[in-house]
Formats: sequence, structure tokens, C-alpha cells
Amino acid sequence: MRVTEPSPCSTGGPPPTTLPTHRSCPFDPPEEYDRLREQDPVSRLAFPDGKTGWLLTRHQDVRALLADDRFSSDRRRASSPLRTFPLRPDDLQSRAGMLITMDPPEHTRYRRMLTRYFTVRRMRALAPRVEQIVAEHLDAMERSGPPVDLVRAFALPIPSLVICELLGVPYDDRAKFQQWTSTLLRLDTDEETALAARDALRDYMLGLVAVKRFHPDDALLSHLIATQDMQETPQDAELTDEELAGVGRLLLVAGHETTANMLALGTYTLLSNPGQLRAMLDQPESVERAVEELLRYLTIVQFGTIRVAREDVEIDGRHIRAGETVVASLAAANRDPEHFRHPEELDLGREPSQHVAFGHGIHQCLGQQLARVEMEVAFPALFRRFPGLRLAVTPEQVPMRDDMLIYGVHALPLTWDG
Amino acid sequence: MKIRIDHERCRGAGQCALHAPELFDQSDDDGTVVLLDAEPPPELEDSARLAAALCPNSVITIIES
Ligand code: HEM
Ligand code: SF4
Repeated sequence: MRVTEPSPCSTGGPPPTTLPTHRSCPFDPPEEYDRLREQDPVSRLAFPDGKTGWLLTRHQDVRALLADDRFSSDRRRASSPLRTFPLRPDDLQSRAGMLITMDPPEHTRYRRMLTRYFTVRRMRALAPRVEQIVAEHLDAMERSGPPVDLVRAFALPIPSLVICELLGVPYDDRAKFQQWTSTLLRLDTDEETALAARDALRDYMLGLVAVKRFHPDDALLSHLIATQDMQETPQDAELTDEELAGVGRLLLVAGHETTANMLALGTYTLLSNPGQLRAMLDQPESVERAVEELLRYLTIVQFGTIRVAREDVEIDGRHIRAGETVVASLAAANRDPEHFRHPEELDLGREPSQHVAFGHGIHQCLGQQLARVEMEVAFPALFRRFPGLRLAVTPEQVPMRDDMLIYGVHALPLTWDG
Repeated sequence: MKIRIDHERCRGAGQCALHAPELFDQSDDDGTVVLLDAEPPPELEDSARLAAALCPNSVITIIES
């Protein structure tokens, strides 16, 4: 049998590009996205595995794609825009519980089970505990005195501790899981190392699930097990240990690295816009909008998200074929001038306006309300405690995370008047 | 103004309860939307429109009168 690959030229248009990754300003996405959005918004994209797919850069197209059930989130047949090996290898064990890579009805089953733990009300109720955790870390910063690396002293520990408490993961194990997570998120990790980190994380979670079966606590993993045992959801088959461990793994990884990077990069951004920062601190009720704007402006899921066409689909007159991978650039969509007025400007007072930093459609971030609470508490508390907070290095010396799936800073050395 | 909900499509992202808490809540059972007021008073009409615009799954339909 002959397998024919769709030729990159078969549908006309310019030759395929590779995913833009070069930034000229640390706060802006690669400029190439602006050119593509204007001239070739549904562009041919060349993947490192040799296949060709598509890149969407307009807000309207990205939203339409993510809400379209003709496109699948199942990564098993997808190409990765940045790696030669697939991000989600297709053995069943490592797929179990990974709802981010599932389609309905499988996805719906998990989402229904989990959403009640992440509602606006429940996450708001966590605010006092988050305030306490934030205050403890600020105390420690004060005791150690300047300079500190904000990532290690504040941005990474806070969401790590919060998600550990929420899930029932021992915080003392953080060195291990933070290491595995960062290995998995590095772009230059080779396949063998990535698989080893994935397996280590899986074994760790499986061990934890086994412990929870015998020594339940009051956290999410134990609740999921208890709900199963009470057969409250008879229409769904019970979650296996593999599935529970998968859910735990996804929540642990997605729950700490993302918010951590928003906190550190957000702080750097606010320090670079002192006038707007002052205005935000003067009006506590403006923090919610400011956080939404930081999410839009920074779009830390910097390489976007991918979908695979299940059938042939037309987008803006371009013919997407069944099986092709489509990359939705969240960063490009969030800077689309057709949708946002002066998108290149940070405007902390911007009206709420359908940014896609948390995605869109059925997979829109499950943890978004938690991330909001963490940021709304942490930013004001940090700047109130250290009014003279500033960079301890020159901006050129701040190491940016161009090399990670989640954008941000590797470190943020800060100082203040002690 | 009237608000209609297509409950089947809801995945509990919570944009509605966040932006229009007077009109929408989320169920304790599965986190999906609970409509609190299908005919919002005039002062809440803007938040209803915002919730509908921000819902990622087109659950909320606004029928303008
Ligand atoms: C500022 C922080 C965060 C950002 C920018 C972010 C971004 C995203 C994005 C863009 C998606 C959609 C992916 C897709 O469509 O393929 C997503 C999904 C997800 N996020 Fe987040 N996230 C953040 C924080 C969190 C937190 C704190 C948690 C956990 C508590 C979390 C858990 C998840 C999960 C479980 C999914 C998959 C949902 C599904 O497939 O239905 N995220 N996130
Ligand atoms: S915003 Fe939409 S999907 Fe999210 S809870 Fe409300 S109705 Fe459901």
C-alpha cells in the first residue's frame, strides 16, 4: 500500500513556515506572528517530524478551532511543533487520566468528576489559606533580606504548596516533582530523559494513590477515591489507580508551573510598568482586571495548543485534511488587533475581552479559578510588603524561558531597601 | 432580557459565576452552571451579556427584549 502525504504545495499559498520562536522583546511574542496574522492567517506549518500542518494566528480562528468538535485533542496522531518525538506517547498507561488529551465522551466523564472541586466558590474559599501561605513566604524573604530570586523564594513555592494541599501530595516531595516537571517542559530534553521523567512521576503518583486508599485524608485524591467507593456515579466505571494517578499527575504539573510563571513574569512586567502598578495598588478592586490583562499580554502557554482534524475542514478558504495537526497560537490570538485595541500595549484597566490565555471550548483551563485567586492574592501582597522592590540585575541579565513549553523567567533577582 | 442555558454543553469553566455571580452559580455536584435568574433586572443585563460572551462553550444565550 502506498501512503501518500498531502503535499505542502497542494493547496497553494506560501511555503510552510516553522513555528516562530524568536522574540525580540521579552514581553512580546515573536514578531513573525504579526506578519503571519496579517498576510497568511491560516498558514502552512512544517513540523520537525517532517509532516506539514497548519498554524492559526487570528483570535477569531483560534476560538473557532478550539470550539469545533471536528478537531480532536487526542495527541496520539498529532505532530509536535517543536519536538521530533510525540509529547504524549500512546501507551495506555501514560494516557490514563490525561483529560487534556481526550475527546468526549471520555473527556466529559473526567471533567464532570473534577469540575466541582474547582468552582469559583470553592476556589474563593481558599483565599484565606492562600493569603496565609503568601504571608509566610514574604516573612521568609524579609528575614533572609535582599537580594532574593523571586522564582525560588515566592513564585514557585506558593502554587506548589497550594496544589499539594489541594491534591493531598506531600509538599516535602517538591524537589522531586519540580525536577520531573521541569525536565518534561524543557524543549531540549531528549526522548529517553523525557520518558524517564514521565515514568518517575507516574510511579510516584501511583504510590501516592495506593497510600490514599489505605490512609485517606481530606484532599482531592482521597475524595475521588471515596466518591468511587460510594458509587455515587454508577453510570461511570470506577477510576482505576492508573486513571487516578493520571489525573493527579496532570493537576500537579499543570497546577504549579503555570501559576509560578505567571507570578514571576507578571512581577517582572509590573516592575517594568511602575505607573500602572501604582494605580493597581491604589485601587484594590482593579486587581482582577489587571490579572486578566497580564494573562492576555504574557500568554505563557507560549507555543499554543494543538488539535488534529478528524475530517476534512475548510478554514478561511484553506483546506485542512483529516489527520493534519493544527497549532492554535494563543499568544498570537491574544495580540490580534482585530479583536483587542492596541494589543501590544499593557493596559491593566482593559475591559474583559475574551482572551484565550486559558484556552477556549471544552478544554478551557480547569484550574483557572485557582490561578486567579493565587495571582489576585500574591501580586498586591508582594508589592505592599516591599514597596521599593526592583530588579537586582539589568534587564538583559534576566534569564527568559524561551526554551520551555511554559514561558516565564528562570530566575528573577530582586532587591529592596531593607 | 431573557437568559437561556444549554446545560448539556457546560463544562464548568466558571466564567459565568465569575463575571455575573448574581445570575449564575455552579452546582456542588458537578460544577456545571446553575441559572439563578432567567430574567435579569436592567442593571444586570451587561453582566449577563459579558458572561455569555466569555463562556467557552456557548452555553448561555441572551434573548434581548
Ligand atoms: C495562569 C495559570 C494557567 C494557565 C495560563 C493555564 C493554561 C491552560 C490552557 C491554555 C489550557 C487548555 C489546553 C488545551 O486546550 O489544549 C489549560 C487546561 C488545563 N489546565 Fe490550566 N492553566 C493555568 C493554571 C492551571 C492550574 C492552577 C491548574 C490546576 C489546578 C490547571 C489545570 C488544567 C487542566 C487539568 C487542564 C485540562 C482541562 C481539560 O482538558 O478539560 N491549570 N490550562
Ligand atoms: S461559563 Fe459556560 S461552560 Fe463555564 S460554567 Fe458557565 S455556562 Fe458552564
